[in-house]
Amino acid sequence: MIEDRSWSWRVLKIVNYIVLSLIGLICILPLIHFLAVSFSDRAASVGGLVTLWPIRFTTASYAVVLEAPLFYRSLFISAQRIIFGVSLQMAITILTAYPLSKTARRFKGRNLFMWLLLIGLFTDWGIIPWWLVIRNLGLMNKIWALVIPPAMSPYNVILMMNFFREIPEELDDAARIDGASHWRRLFNIYIPLSLPAIATLTLFSVVFHWNSWFDGMVLIYDVTKLPLQTFLRSVVIGLDTSNLSMQAGSSQFLLYSDRSIRAASIFLSIVPVLILYPLLQGYFVTGIKLGSVKG
Amino acid sequence: MVAKNASLPSRLRKFSTYMARTLPLYIMILPGLVLLILFSYFPIYGVALAFQKFNPGLGVSKSPWVGLDNFRYLFTLPDFWRITRNTLIIAVSKTISLQICAVLLALMLNEIRSRLFKRSIQTIVYLPHFLSWVILGGLMLDLLGSTGMVNQMIRQLGEKPIIFLGSNDWFRPVLVVTYLWQEVGWSAIIYLAALTGIDPVLYEAANIDGASHLKQIQHVTLPGIRSTVLLVAILSLGSMLDAGFDQVLNLYNPVVYPTGDILDTYIYRAGLVSAQFSLATAVGLFRSIVRLILVAIGYWLADRYSDYRIF
Repeated sequence: MIEDRSWSWRVLKIVNYIVLSLIGLICILPLIHFLAVSFSDRAASVGGLVTLWPIRFTTASYAVVLEAPLFYRSLFISAQRIIFGVSLQMAITILTAYPLSKTARRFKGRNLFMWLLLIGLFTDWGIIPWWLVIRNLGLMNKIWALVIPPAMSPYNVILMMNFFREIPEELDDAARIDGASHWRRLFNIYIPLSLPAIATLTLFSVVFHWNSWFDGMVLIYDVTKLPLQTFLRSVVIGLDTSNLSMQAGSSQFLLYSDRSIRAASIFLSIVPVLILYPLLQGYFVTGIKLGSVKG
Repeated sequence: MVAKNASLPSRLRKFSTYMARTLPLYIMILPGLVLLILFSYFPIYGVALAFQKFNPGLGVSKSPWVGLDNFRYLFTLPDFWRITRNTLIIAVSKTISLQICAVLLALMLNEIRSRLFKRSIQTIVYLPHFLSWVILGGLMLDLLGSTGMVNQMIRQLGEKPIIFLGSNDWFRPVLVVTYLWQEVGWSAIIYLAALTGIDPVLYEAANIDGASHLKQIQHVTLPGIRSTVLLVAILSLGSMLDAGFDQVLNLYNPVVYPTGDILDTYIYRAGLVSAQFSLATAVGLFRSIVRLILVAIGYWLADRYSDYRIF
């Protein structure tokens, strides 16, 4: 593009840089402020003295959170949830998408399954019927209540199916003529050629399972079985830090406050997202192209 | 093809060779199909609650049927019209402001020549999309509280602090602004992708014709993303009843129910907190049906006017 060198355009360009920088600052400053609060001592965090830099730096709040058994417990539940939830969801997605990527002539009944899937995608019967089904299946208060219901995502299946359909049919035909079974074709042709889509869906699935909190809130009764985000909600929204601070010794009392504990627990729960974030960024464009079809 | 009058044994043989080849496909689809039926079709029986005077002790099969009584009752409830109105107002203002801001952000980012600056801004503005509303809600409760950073700044300016989350004048604007804060960057990605898809030849031609940069934006850039904007607008029809359950549930409190209570939070409280299952299911069914109609209209329009299909 040839540069426009007019005076008015140059001013606009500078304004553009300034406005974008401000937007960036507005997005990041609340997080930096919170980080500063989490490393400040009691007087500073309660008194609202902290802006963007810790005052009387201390790691006491982190020590309190990291010493709380319930925090570890919920972290462990979340890790379990991710391991089971993501692998089950990916397995179901791939296994369901592969047959559906065939034509109705090759796979009789494909159109019927497709309609069932589409109706499932577009209908949502509300949370009460959803809750009742999970209760009637006997999943209440078990980790499976958080893992099994989201495993079948019609939306992910359609994305995966679309990806499988873009793989040249000649490859499949050649393997079929050579006598390769459907299982072999799926594992030796389709999956290796769909790794970008599988990686995208896997990452988004990890983030989904890490961030989910509502299901934990209404399906799990036992406080020792809550996933991290649900437990965190009782701390940062319910404003109840007693589950975290009851273990802490009183000698540290001047170093942390409810507010700095909340800030610290929020930060600890963001860390995994921040670690995944650079990885996720590589898949944004794939993700949004896939994601833009969501109703 | 199978001949019309093929004998039974030969048809059986054809069928068994077909099955031998295709059986793996049926095995593969089975687990997904079972889960789909369990979680997308089985809940339909729960919808029966909307037409019953449901008693958890008796269960769905033995509870008395009351026809449309729950709906008649519902439509006389002032609460019901209030939450429907709140839902629509919040969802519409969120959707419209988000799309306008996302297009503007994409246009602004598109003018940046420095790759480093562009990438840094993108990295920062996409981040909030990946944080849950528990975390964001915790942040907002603190930031907007009476001793939070925002009110500290207001005090510095010599004004009275504002109770943002306890005021019916402020609650909806807070919902819209915090939603923008979370989603604007993410929503801009699709427009950025559309902007990079514009043929550079068009800009060169405009340059040769002596068009200024602003004229180029007006006559090349904007028309270039018009179809994407249109498509996103049409598809967002389906979210007109989606005012953001996660966000509202983590930010609201009884003081702001008059302006901030929405269908989803009402269903949650009625059903899972106060165990009025029939009422909650009736509200849920109303919401589901309206949503389904809106989604269907959206996809129909998208298919008709943008050649858009999900598969």
